[in-house]
Amino acid sequence: MAANPMSQFDVYRIGPEIKVGAFDISFTNASLFMIISTVSILLVFNLGSKRNSVLPNKMQLLAELSYTFVAKMISDTAGSKAKPYFAFIFSLFMFVLFCNMFGMIPYTFTVTSHIIVTFILAAFIFIGVTVIGFIKHGFGYLKLFVPSGVPAVLLPLIVVIEIISYLSRPISLSVRLFANMMAGHTMMKVFGGFVISLGLVGGWLPLSFSVALTGLEILVAFLQAYVFAILTCIYLNDALNLHH
Amino acid sequence: MIKKIYFQSIFFSFLFFKEAFAAESGGMPQLNPEFWISQIFWLILTFGIMYIVLSKFILPKISNNLEYRKSQILENIEAAERQREDSEAKLKEYDEIILKSKMDAKIIFNQTREKALKDIGAKKEVLDQQIDDEINKAEKEIEALRVSAPDKINKIAIETSSELLEKLIGSGVNSSSISAIVDDLSRRNGEKYYGN
Repeated sequence: MAANPMSQFDVYRIGPEIKVGAFDISFTNASLFMIISTVSILLVFNLGSKRNSVLPNKMQLLAELSYTFVAKMISDTAGSKAKPYFAFIFSLFMFVLFCNMFGMIPYTFTVTSHIIVTFILAAFIFIGVTVIGFIKHGFGYLKLFVPSGVPAVLLPLIVVIEIISYLSRPISLSVRLFANMMAGHTMMKVFGGFVISLGLVGGWLPLSFSVALTGLEILVAFLQAYVFAILTCIYLNDALNLHH
Repeated sequence: MIKKIYFQSIFFSFLFFKEAFAAESGGMPQLNPEFWISQIFWLILTFGIMYIVLSKFILPKISNNLEYRKSQILENIEAAERQREDSEAKLKEYDEIILKSKMDAKIIFNQTREKALKDIGAKKEVLDQQIDDEINKAEKEIEALRVSAPDKINKIAIETSSELLEKLIGSGVNSSSISAIVDDLSRRNGEKYYGN
């Protein structure tokens, strides 16, 4: 029997234990893949922005397409007011995308399959969006919880629901990404295990499944990064342009 | 057959999976808080550095590149538009020049033709005059000849007839009587020939 499908998510220390006070900030495989992802992002975009030719080469084209893709996504969902937050959303999208994609390489570690990582990102977004909302609209931002055109009888209920839905944003945002990545990778591991356990006779079916799942997971990896970024844009839109 | 094996193996695998899962205590490694602080620390560190480098150095460059390309394309389009307008104006000018020169050529041609015609007319007149003069002179000469011709003929006739008579008769004949006869005859015949 193959290894435990959950063991791929194990975090282990690489090198010595580093402690700052009571906190253990040792370098782990998760840290390694975070560094690999960020360095790759910086490398790709640095190469893509080095030369400035009217006729772009492949790297420049890649960087510029990514730039315009994210810029269009932000302007479509959050409008022109969201321009100062472009760099953050771009970094967020690229970070999640690269972490997801590096996780698709066999024997690698998927940073985004850990709830703590996605939760920290989502919590940061949540706090940031809330702060931006209060700075832009003052206490008028609380009008977000009072939708217009709702009968007065239903209003207390609606307000409670709105507040709960607002507070659950970081949880839904983080759990969506984490659960998608974990489920996908577990499933691939399970099917991979079937290939071994069924051997030469019956292993072909789970193998074909595994191949199909790999394609699906690459799609999910991109899609979840996109969803993560676009939901951030939508939350930002709520904070910048108060519609209710 | 294969299907049956397949489903059986899925069933057995799940059994194994459960066993294996149970064997490792703790279940999901994600919920093990041992490395949470480490992950948070490294996430903030790497993401923060990446964000700062991207926003301060790389993204402005990409944005500049895009702006530069956009402006250059616009400039090129503008330049092309300007050149097109220039060439259109030049074409118009060329057409005008061609039209003008055609008209000039026509005018020159007409002028030249008129001048040539006038010259020819003048020369023809002069020639006509000369010809008329010549004709008049010739006519006058002919007239003079015609007037003097009967007298000469008469003289010759008188001389000839007197010589003939001398040879025939052998003695001189009064020339005055002969000339009277010749005159008489020539007048009669002259009327017949010349029709005066």
